[in-house]
Amino acid sequence: MTALLEVEDLRVRFDTEDGVVHAVDGISYTVEVGRTLGIVGESGSGKSVEALTIMGLTRGRRTAIEGAARLEGRDLLAASDDELRAVRGNDVAMIFQDPLSSLHPYFRVGKQIVEAVQAHRDVSKAAARDRTVELLGLVGIPDPARRVDDFPHEFSGGMRQRAMIAMALANDPKLLIADEPTTALDVTVQAQILELMSRLQRELGMAIIIISHDLGVVAETADEIAVMYAGRIVERAPTATLFSAPRHPYTWGLLRSIPRLDVPREADLVPIAGRPPSLIQRPSGCAFHPRCPYALPSHAVTVPPLEAIEGDPAHHVACLLPEAVRAAAEARLRAGATPQEARAAAGVDSLEPEPAS
Amino acid sequence: MARYIARRLLWVVVLLFLVSLLTFLIFYALPSADPAALRAGRSANPKLIERIRTDLGLDKPLLEQYWLYMKALITKFDLGTSYQYNAPVRQLIFDRLPATISLAVGAAILWLVMGVGVGIIAALRRRSVLDRTTMGLALFGISAPVYFLGLVALYLFADDIGVIPLFGGSNSYKPLTDDPAAWLNSLILPWIVLAVSFAAFYSRLLRGNLIEVMGEDYIRTARAKGLSERRVVFRHGVRSAITPIVTVFGLDLGILLGGAILTETVFNIPGIGRLSYDAITRSDLPTIQGTVLLGAFFIIVANLLVDIAYAFLDPRVRYE
Repeated sequence: MTALLEVEDLRVRFDTEDGVVHAVDGISYTVEVGRTLGIVGESGSGKSVEALTIMGLTRGRRTAIEGAARLEGRDLLAASDDELRAVRGNDVAMIFQDPLSSLHPYFRVGKQIVEAVQAHRDVSKAAARDRTVELLGLVGIPDPARRVDDFPHEFSGGMRQRAMIAMALANDPKLLIADEPTTALDVTVQAQILELMSRLQRELGMAIIIISHDLGVVAETADEIAVMYAGRIVERAPTATLFSAPRHPYTWGLLRSIPRLDVPREADLVPIAGRPPSLIQRPSGCAFHPRCPYALPSHAVTVPPLEAIEGDPAHHVACLLPEAVRAAAEARLRAGATPQEARAAAGVDSLEPEPAS
Repeated sequence: MARYIARRLLWVVVLLFLVSLLTFLIFYALPSADPAALRAGRSANPKLIERIRTDLGLDKPLLEQYWLYMKALITKFDLGTSYQYNAPVRQLIFDRLPATISLAVGAAILWLVMGVGVGIIAALRRRSVLDRTTMGLALFGISAPVYFLGLVALYLFADDIGVIPLFGGSNSYKPLTDDPAAWLNSLILPWIVLAVSFAAFYSRLLRGNLIEVMGEDYIRTARAKGLSERRVVFRHGVRSAITPIVTVFGLDLGILLGGAILTETVFNIPGIGRLSYDAITRSDLPTIQGTVLLGAFFIIVANLLVDIAYAFLDPRVRYE
């Protein structure tokens, strides 16, 4: 497989009146040609900022960006504004959470897509319009030759997101970044949009980064999933592995907080305790330790690196607990134990003596 | 849309009728300086005043006076006769209208260009020295009254009393048809003085709007498409930010066409504002009534035009 996008130690900081926000704090991943990477995390985990930064949309006087994001070997972070503009909407396209507010209310849908076509191709208006009708048909808008002249407010929510996808596909992008593409939509429409994205990926062969707070959405579409917490990736694994053998306590928490068909209906959904951390004053050590049921005193000191676990080079975890202990705790959780029971059973407390107080 | 406009036009008539009734009641029925006494002059005696009162028709019952006024207005488009000038009010208004239109339209062009230009630059260079300077000046411009700015401008630049005599001063107005160069020269200072506060207000309004719009999701979409920043700002950003300005502009122009009283008085421009000012100080009731109706007409029509324009500017607005 060939790497399409390689992100290496990406860091994004915003200088705000309240202090420096470490929105993205050193993340690395690779997206292969034609594959789908899912990025999951709570709001404020830095997942959207990370995507916008690759597009060059977070640049500004108050933003500091470090690291590299190489698209086919070319570092987008080092590219000039003009070079990036030639990439945006062309090699890399993006769709957003709320399709209504993402479309300009004053311009006809077709006109907005024509604009996207003409931004990168020197074609006549008529040719761009033909292409637009074709695109609208491709994304499943009925009667596209007529709907092309509608305004966004005349479209339904699902159709608006389809139109956004059509706009993103205007120039046959190699990579489509979908930032919470279904969050603002009805559940039935969500499924249609995800199905559409999968179909288009099969037909057009583009790679997709799908960003969501919803593991369910990502599970349906992604080949690989990266779980983000407080600006870092805490676990990265092929989708099947992440669901069958999750190895990070935060991922366990995420999985236990969504309804699943393969666990008894009586099993309670367990929210993750506490609030998402401040990105201005990150918790020391492992950023998850204040909310982690398995935290030990030393976890407030040492920052865990993201490392492949023994025996599975595709599965990366950033956790200070030994792999064996995590495997044991996860097995107990799967058997229905509470985090406290799992902690005791896995022998977490025997790892470190209580600090003499 | 056609039905909507028809209904709104009907409202124009109703509103003008109400305005006429209200101004009539205010100026004729409420106590003010007796117009008959004012007209009688220094050597007035009660008999003379009484005769003048009869001549003016002021001895008739109020309702009858209003009835006669409206009858003449509707059947003959007759606004009555000015006590002060002894001439038809309609003629007075038509004589004075060109000066007011010259002043209002010229100033409007000036303040639109200045306000929109400064507003956009300040919004795009937010928190820069340029932004802070222009917005500080704008605050001054909004706060400085026309009669203050006008007198300062005359003192500095008028060709009769000015320190640096550049442009025509007070009382220099010439109609465009008589002498275009003199017309232009006489209006430069009034245009600037009148435009300053509007330009200041518009620039602050547009700056605020544009800053807000540039944070909208659809601006992010426009950038994500790979459009040039110029196109993002002007086609997508300014297009949205300027729409509320259209409302304000229509109303401001409508109000000014009814007479820029302060500016016309300071620069002694023989326009509608000056006419109404003189009419009020001399209890010239028919002229007051006429200018108020004219002002109301402009404001109501401007309102209607703004609402119609909105349907074209914002496709989400549809009138039933």
